[in-house]
Amino acid sequence: MAHAADIDHHDAHDAHDDADHKPPFIARWFGSTNHKDIGTLYIIFAIMAGLVGGLLSGLIRWELAEPGIQVFRPGGSLDVFMQTVSGGRFQNIGIVESSKHGYNAVVTAHALIMIFFMVMPAMIGGFGNWFVPIMIGAPDMAFPRMNNVSFWLLVAAWCLLLTSMFVDGGPGRGFGGGWTIYPPLSTTGHTGPSMDLAILALHLAGASSILGAINFITTIFNMRAPGMTLHRMPLFAWSVLITAFLLLLSLPVLAGAITMLLTDRNFGTHFFDPAAGGDPVMFQHLFWFFGHPEVYILILPGFGIISHIVSTFSKKPIFGYLAMAYAMVAIGFVGFIVWAHHMYTVGMSINLRAYFVAATMVIAVPTGVKIFSWIATMWGGSISFKTPMLWAIGFIFLFTVGGVTGVVLSNAGIDYSLHDTYYVVAHFHYVLSLGAVFAIFAGFFYWFEKMWGVKYNEFLGCLQFWIMFVGVNVIFFPQHFLGLQGMPRRYVDYPVAFAHWNYVSSVGYAITAVGVLVFLVILIEAAIRRRPAEANPWGEGATTLEWTLSSPPPFHQFSDPPVIKADSH
Amino acid sequence: MGPTSDDGLKPEDRRKIEQDNKVGTAGRPAKRSHLKVAAICGVAFFGMVGAAYAAVPLYKLFCQATGFDGTVRKAVAKPTKVLDRKIEIRFDANVRNLPWDFTALQTSQTVRIGDTGLAFFKVTNRGDKPMTGRAIYNVVPEQAGPYFQKLECFCFSNQTIAPGQTVEFPVVYFVDPGFVDDVDTKGKSEITLSYTFFPAVPDAAGAKQAAATPRIVEPLGGRPPTGL
Repeated sequence: MAHAADIDHHDAHDAHDDADHKPPFIARWFGSTNHKDIGTLYIIFAIMAGLVGGLLSGLIRWELAEPGIQVFRPGGSLDVFMQTVSGGRFQNIGIVESSKHGYNAVVTAHALIMIFFMVMPAMIGGFGNWFVPIMIGAPDMAFPRMNNVSFWLLVAAWCLLLTSMFVDGGPGRGFGGGWTIYPPLSTTGHTGPSMDLAILALHLAGASSILGAINFITTIFNMRAPGMTLHRMPLFAWSVLITAFLLLLSLPVLAGAITMLLTDRNFGTHFFDPAAGGDPVMFQHLFWFFGHPEVYILILPGFGIISHIVSTFSKKPIFGYLAMAYAMVAIGFVGFIVWAHHMYTVGMSINLRAYFVAATMVIAVPTGVKIFSWIATMWGGSISFKTPMLWAIGFIFLFTVGGVTGVVLSNAGIDYSLHDTYYVVAHFHYVLSLGAVFAIFAGFFYWFEKMWGVKYNEFLGCLQFWIMFVGVNVIFFPQHFLGLQGMPRRYVDYPVAFAHWNYVSSVGYAITAVGVLVFLVILIEAAIRRRPAEANPWGEGATTLEWTLSSPPPFHQFSDPPVIKADSH
Repeated sequence: MGPTSDDGLKPEDRRKIEQDNKVGTAGRPAKRSHLKVAAICGVAFFGMVGAAYAAVPLYKLFCQATGFDGTVRKAVAKPTKVLDRKIEIRFDANVRNLPWDFTALQTSQTVRIGDTGLAFFKVTNRGDKPMTGRAIYNVVPEQAGPYFQKLECFCFSNQTIAPGQTVEFPVVYFVDPGFVDDVDTKGKSEITLSYTFFPAVPDAAGAKQAAATPRIVEPLGGRPPTGL
């Protein structure tokens, strides 16, 4: 990075009287066209959705803490808890259904919420909106009103998804077929309106992301400041550009597939109905053609964030800038041609499996380029272990662990045994829950002062990191053991043989929950103390354009574009 | 680095600044080609939605052309070469959502690879009205799909059976000699052929016709695999 080293400030931004003129509250927050305000809305939304998704995973770990069915049965722990907190006024009002189907519905909602309503809004909608225009020296996004539409579509999608949890699904309230929504469970297996609402929620969330992706692509291609060539562009902007392309090319396929599901369910088509010549396996192909790029959509912006943080806190430019950028391009491209490694067990020929094994393993190469470049950036640097750097190093370590188990799972032969076991659950939580979420926390604290204009408490920040680092590892590391021993995922109960590591995993959830509480304390503490922010709290290592602005930045920035002259390569 | 002028700007950068300073409405730089980029993105979006739907016929075509995932293929002529090696064919018959009894008259048959086999299946309609069904079929192991071929089968078309009527259907099949050369199949010693009778799905026009004559129109959303 370090392209903004010599920024020409021949026109100071505060020369414009209207730079900090803000509209009144309703117009500002409900009809917002300002990329920073919309980014703030996205981040608040993601925090809320993350809390809901986290509570749902708490129900899962509560149920799985010991063998037998404790929570998801009438009169179970959840019902008793609800009666206690309501003072006995509600005899039978669970938040979720007290049945085994309720467990499935909770697992499904946890996944959908965390993917579509927590990680994506935080990374792309939140940090992307906030910092991509600033980093490329643009005054705003290319289509500010469409940006607003994107956000509110997501809110509508959120309402639909929550509604779907509380209406009839067929086997019970809510949809319990997992986030992969495979037919026939999602067609003939769930006859109630819950699945239709979930499909519409995905449609709206997808439309929101598509509009956002078009906005980012147009912004990055057309609105870069003079001298900000693509090869001088900060890596976070690169990561969002590649993510936007992945969204643009993969989400329509999901939209098509779930539209086919919708018409199969309601309008008598038979795309996935074998009785009339359809093929349920085709849904899996369509789904994973979207689903695999989707997991890179979740992690690529994180790669960008981590690059900035590692460079800033090592006080060195990122090692191998171009290789880093094109490694992301390569990951994005290869991400489109490996989808069937999610479905080795559907009965593919050995040649097809061999291809998907090889293509999947190839992804480890550009990913390795990134990991080693981050390490090389730190190598010999003057490292300061501030909160964002702790999260970033935690990310690199845990993402690598998840990547290694990914290479294990990419082998079709091994995957035959491990398919749909807790080993897979551990793998994707290491790359997402411990990867993407760590990157989000890293970015959140890296840009905390820039976004909110106040400082966070460094001690509490470190405390939260260490609690959560211990907590999430205690949750997910034992799940490798459970998976290797053959415990299948998405089951409400398990034999006593699996009790020990499940108990440990649930203890890990409790530790992590304390970490989340500390996070909320950090927010409240910072809001009460209101320590004034510095424009650049990180010093010489922070070289991108956002650090040339005040904290928080003026309401409108770069009305006169900065000129990027230096080329540090 | 290209030539730079005295203020350190490259000519293309200078052009870009001049372009940016062409002020549009509300003091913003004039939009250059936002709509063009967005339109290209829009085309990509609709192209991918189209590709998702195009996958439906392409996928069927692919399955039938390759026998992928156990799709059984219809053959026009039996192979010329018959091998000495024998293979056991097992038969499986199922019914879903029809008041029919459906059984295979033999559990298994042993045939020479390349030679035709003849198997019989029996269907009885236990209901009180004529019903039309369609047999959907598959073979296990899936990799044997390209080699298990049928010359004659009741599954090639819809079958209508009167109440109380019992029908015996013949199936003429063979295992292509390519079976013994394929790395995926050459070690296998048996193939299971499985049928499931589903109610045939008439569309609105077909339902009217079906009331008069038991002719069934192709279902909506995709016709059953009918072989090549």
